[in-house]
Amino acid sequence: MTHLSNNKPVDTQITNAAFIPEMFVIKKIRKETEDTFTIELAAENGETSFEFLPGQFNMLYVHGCGEVPISICGDPNRPNKLFHTIRMVGDVTRAIRRLKVGDMLGVRGPYGKEWPIEKAEGKDIVIVAGGIGLAPLRPVVYHILNNREKYKRISILYGTRMPSDIIFNKELESLRGRFDIDLYVTVDRADQKWMGNVGVVTTLIKNSNFDPENTTAFLCGPEIMMRYTAIACQQQGLAPENIFVSLERNMKCGVGLCGHCQYTGKIICKDGPVFNYDTVKDLIKKREI
Amino acid sequence: MSKLKITKDTKYTVNKDAIESLLTELKKQKFKTIGPIVRDETIIYDELENINDLPIGLTDVHEAGSYRLKEREDKALFGYNVGPFSFKKYLFPPKLTILKSKRVDGKIKIIKENESVEKLAFFGVKPCELHAILIQDKIFIEGEYIDNYYKKQRDSLFIVTTNCTEAGSSCFCTSTKTGPSADKGFDIAITELLDGDRHNFIIEAGTKNGLKILKELPLVEASKNDLDTAEQKIKSASENMGRSLDTSNLVELLLGNLNHPHWDDIAKRCLSCGNCTMVCPTCFCSNIQDVTSLTGDENERVRTWDSCFSMEYSYIHGGAVRASNKSRYRQWMTHKLASWQEQFQTLGCVGCGRCIVWCPVGIDITKETKAILKQVTAQAEQSAQAEN
Ligand SMILES: Cc1cc2nc3c(=O)[nH]c(=O)nc-3n(C[C@H](O)[C@H](O)[C@H](O)COP(=O)(O)OP(=O)(O)OC[C@H]3O[C@@H](n4cnc5c(N)ncnc54)[C@H](O)[C@@H]3O)c2cc1C
Ligand code: SF4
Ligand code: SF4
Repeated sequence: MTHLSNNKPVDTQITNAAFIPEMFVIKKIRKETEDTFTIELAAENGETSFEFLPGQFNMLYVHGCGEVPISICGDPNRPNKLFHTIRMVGDVTRAIRRLKVGDMLGVRGPYGKEWPIEKAEGKDIVIVAGGIGLAPLRPVVYHILNNREKYKRISILYGTRMPSDIIFNKELESLRGRFDIDLYVTVDRADQKWMGNVGVVTTLIKNSNFDPENTTAFLCGPEIMMRYTAIACQQQGLAPENIFVSLERNMKCGVGLCGHCQYTGKIICKDGPVFNYDTVKDLIKKREI
Repeated sequence: MSKLKITKDTKYTVNKDAIESLLTELKKQKFKTIGPIVRDETIIYDELENINDLPIGLTDVHEAGSYRLKEREDKALFGYNVGPFSFKKYLFPPKLTILKSKRVDGKIKIIKENESVEKLAFFGVKPCELHAILIQDKIFIEGEYIDNYYKKQRDSLFIVTTNCTEAGSSCFCTSTKTGPSADKGFDIAITELLDGDRHNFIIEAGTKNGLKILKELPLVEASKNDLDTAEQKIKSASENMGRSLDTSNLVELLLGNLNHPHWDDIAKRCLSCGNCTMVCPTCFCSNIQDVTSLTGDENERVRTWDSCFSMEYSYIHGGAVRASNKSRYRQWMTHKLASWQEQFQTLGCVGCGRCIVWCPVGIDITKETKAILKQVTAQAEQSAQAEN
């Protein structure tokens, strides 16, 4: 899967093969919200072919600034298009925003373990995302749409702080128009124009329609949101083994060498970021792990 | 040269001159030899010219938070245990450029340069040091992704181990099963025998490369007496470790008690200075930063040693995940002794005692583990009694 230097040392080179990015060109930049944007990247020679599994991430490198882990958020069936949706929170993410169409960005990846979408075939699916957490789940949505017949009921529950934080507006609107997907969007705080749900995303769980005996749930968002969402799912009868979460820790290398993303015995960049909730449920309750 | 048939499974006896010849032989084979020397009143590792560079007749006296050198009664070459530095910095340098790139006409080019590494021989590698290398191998070259620099340096590495015949007061390699003698991983292993005027060494080869060099030395097959003496000394070192650690149940004990009040107790003492992580021969965490030329066109990505005691280490937008002192010490100790086992199927500690010796406030990983064990056991007994 991984197309970079997987266990293949470059013999004549000391420069660490595992750390060499491939340079990509920014093809499009789309503003999602005040602080979030989506970029489309293309290979330098124009022939993009970037295969990945939903839930995997890349290390994006801005020359002279730094490198950050960002989930791949395009359609896994269309490897000719590489998309990332990024929220500006600090140095590197701001530097990416300052780049223009035609500028270059280094890419290493894809890294990490994916959402188990194949194991979830034949089941109801519940996707719960908070804020930017919808980005790592978007490839799952694409996959399901590409293979709609393989899944039963689909619920997508999306929550943000405010209406202006909602990303992928267009895509969400078109999903809402479909009869074979239940989409609920909620905001913590409404503004004057907002006519939709108000309240945290966990409150949507009990109203959504799934068979707890035969459902897989995928959760991505702030840790505290995933924790309460998982609890709400369990209250509806979903077993912890059928819930999956994507975890986040500081990452410097993305390939299990720098130590930063340890989560006790797990190394998030290679053992995750997607984890079965059952294997982390005791840890997620503890502080400062 | 001897007429003896030299094999890998036989042990030989040599005298002090042969140790000098061994160094000469390594030099002949173009190795840069790194071994113990005395500098700033500590035994550290640096380039060795000849055996007079070794800490002859010196030993190191350790306690929690203290280290000093002392003259021995004899002229032993390897009569010390471990100083502040391990061999780690040669395979995993504290600062290393991992990538160079350049902006040319608006395009970013990755610069691929060919560099060569020096052929190194580590000399006087104590068994705990050797095991630390074997542990770092698992991280850097035996996983899914490998560290090229480490691999290159490691592939050409020659290791001369010296078994310990005396243990230090902060050593606990018997507990971690990483000493006091080495059974694998070396090219050549030496055990020093010193008895009055008789100053000999038992020597054996662990690899073909080791055998090749051994064949150049004046050897006699080790007598039963010499072998018995060596075994006896190693056994006595093993039984006289300054410290011990019960390793039988560490995962459950430490990861099962992440909220134990004893972590708060340690946090009151720990300064979060990170010394323990800097001296530990297995710690492998690193940071990567960009260093850019004034014009911003040329750039190097530089990897440096990092410590889980820094706030930046666990930083994610908004703040450090491990903001408290307690959580940072807990991360370090649970990693060494417990999480490491899940990550790399081995302990992350080789019982060298450095973190105890070089901790400015003398925090002792073995004592802290015992304290938690004691409290947890007492609690379990209490609740068992309450049930009865
Ligand atoms: C597996 C994974 C997938 C991610 N996917 C996305 C995504 O699709 N979109 C998105 O906007 N963000 C994503 N993030 C978060 C993103 O990596 C951080 O927001 C980003 O690293 C912040 O970098 P900065 O330099 O702008 O911020 P600063 O605050 O300046 O951070 C300094 C450094 O700390 C580290 N760091 C800070 N925050 C994080 C963090 N949350 N996770 C890991 N390292 C961090 C980075 O090394 C960063 O360079 C993901 C994180 C992980 C671990
Ligand atoms: S944890 Fe301490 S005793 Fe164990 S290997 Fe590291 S420095 Fe040595
Ligand atoms: S345990 Fe000791 S050496 Fe380690 S960070 Fe705390 S004070 Fe420093």
